[in-house]
Amino acid sequence: MAMPASEIEALIKAAFPDAQITIEDLAGDNDHFAATIISEAFRGMSRVRQHQLVYAALKGNMGGALHALALQTSAPE
Amino acid sequence: MEDPVFAEIKSKIDAAPVVLFMKGNPMFPQCGFSARVVQILKHSGVSFESVNVLEDPEIRDGIKVFSDWPTIPQLYVKGEFVGGCDIVTEMFQSGELQALLAEKGVSQDASA
Repeated sequence: MAMPASEIEALIKAAFPDAQITIEDLAGDNDHFAATIISEAFRGMSRVRQHQLVYAALKGNMGGALHALALQTSAPE
Repeated sequence: MEDPVFAEIKSKIDAAPVVLFMKGNPMFPQCGFSARVVQILKHSGVSFESVNVLEDPEIRDGIKVFSDWPTIPQLYVKGEFVGGCDIVTEMFQSGELQALLAEKGVSQDASA
């Protein structure tokens, strides 16, 4: 029931090719991650909408194979 | 016809100005993320209703579809989905949560 960081990054990268992605494995257990994603695609969107786009990119894995992924999203400065 | 689970969720959201869908209850949260949002609301002096999704699998699954949000907790203020644990934490730290509550006319002086 775990998902490696590389797989998470690949899914996000596929949806947001321009994104700068940082993924941290919080507990070293491949199950609790924090991701920071900076992409032009987020500009002008509410945080809820930004996170919804990331969850969509993860194709239903969030809340399933991916138990915990803390998200921080923004458009480039 | 509206889905009966959605209708029930809607009535829970409309039942109070601030509604938190969470795992466990505010006294005994059963997940760290739910516990954090409870702490933030208490710290902000906000009275809120909570819905323990662990008591009702239909609500637990239904709220995820209803909000288009895959995880619990979920915070609603005046019928509007504010976010989950990450967004609520970020908004609290930046002062946006307090501003939103003030804008929506939610009292922030309940004793914790």
